[in-house]
Amino acid sequence: MSLDKNQIAKRIAQELKHNTYVNLGIGIPTLVANYIPNGIDVEFQSENGVLGMGPFPFEGEEDPDLINAGKQTITTLAGAALFDSATSFAMIRGRHVELTVLGAMEVASNGDIANWKIPKKMVKGMGGAMDLVASAENIIVAMMHTNKKGKSKLLNKCTLPITGVSCVKKIVTNLAVIEVTKKGFKLLERAPGVSVDHIIKATEGNLIINGEVPEMKI
Amino acid sequence: MINKKVKDVAEAIDGVKSNMTLMFGGFGLSGIPENCIKELSKKEIFNLTCISNNAGVDNFGLGLLLKKRQVDRMISSYVGENAEFERQMLSGELKVDLIPQGTLAERCRAGGAGIPAFFTPAGFGTEVAFGKEVRIFDGKAHILETALTSDFAFVKAWKGDEAGNLIFKGSARNFNPLMAMAGKITVAEVEELLPAGELDPNHVHTPGIFVQRIFKGELYEKRIEQLTTRKREE
Repeated sequence: MSLDKNQIAKRIAQELKHNTYVNLGIGIPTLVANYIPNGIDVEFQSENGVLGMGPFPFEGEEDPDLINAGKQTITTLAGAALFDSATSFAMIRGRHVELTVLGAMEVASNGDIANWKIPKKMVKGMGGAMDLVASAENIIVAMMHTNKKGKSKLLNKCTLPITGVSCVKKIVTNLAVIEVTKKGFKLLERAPGVSVDHIIKATEGNLIINGEVPEMKI
Repeated sequence: MINKKVKDVAEAIDGVKSNMTLMFGGFGLSGIPENCIKELSKKEIFNLTCISNNAGVDNFGLGLLLKKRQVDRMISSYVGENAEFERQMLSGELKVDLIPQGTLAERCRAGGAGIPAFFTPAGFGTEVAFGKEVRIFDGKAHILETALTSDFAFVKAWKGDEAGNLIFKGSARNFNPLMAMAGKITVAEVEELLPAGELDPNHVHTPGIFVQRIFKGELYEKRIEQLTTRKREE
């Protein structure tokens, strides 16, 4: 069984380290906040100027002056701080934010990522993605293994305009957990019930398999 | 005390002309100078270059200037939340420069801080880096980005005083303090305008030296783009 979006988020949440600052992108990454393991303290940064982001507000308590980078109404937790956009990206570029989780259209086996532009289609812009991938120490991509046409999103080389070079460290898809190494994609775990063969067929980029590949524990 | 107070929005935008470069604070629709944008949309001013992280939505925010075809070029990091913008961009009527959000913020800050250019890793190896100088620092590649300034900067704050000091609220601060620094003439509209001495200097976010005109804005709509809530547990 391949994972659904919530299960992908739940698996990524296992990567969260105690006492770290984390930036979550729009989409599946946002769901990671719902699955923080017990005993792990993390603070979420939103690049529009919030540290210590909390859950959505209760109905009727929303504040138009308090949103996240996806323009959704949010709350802040005890210990939160608010700041301007230059300070926010100082936290990101200055590597004070330790982990970035974001979505992607393509990832290459050298860690290149493409997630902002499809030529000939309406281009909305990169927002903060280029700053985030250029600097974070650890970058985890959350995405489906293949696109809607069934084509692999894990490639030897990106075909779309890239967002950043050699930056992705790990990829969690509906089929697998993959580490980006100097030699290419290394298969670490497979989704429950998904065969290694299935993952090989769905991966266009060079895939390294060392011995038995364990199932994810969700 | 140097008094920056002007009587209304009409006086605040006096001197804005066609072909100028204007900055607008805000992230999405949060913390945008609603009064100034509305007033500018009533003027026969065209061919503007607008620097703003986003471009508003249809009928609100910078969407008002776009609808009236007052904008020639947008410099932003993320756009296209409105149909008219998309139409103008795809037909080539509107020029759009997309730049990474952190680079946009820092270019404004640098413009106001007297730093003509800086190196950043953001965008290296991508099409953003085309034609830009690359330098390696500590083994990592960086690209040269230049500062941004503007003829006018329009910002929105929560509270201000007549000396031009500003305090922002929540995440509505965003680009406002940086653009306040980068405008040759910075116009601040505030929800609450106080006499000098009423704001605690310890709490000022933007010092009044960066603000040339300040006025109390009216009828803030503060539209929410993505209303997300959770249910109260019984």
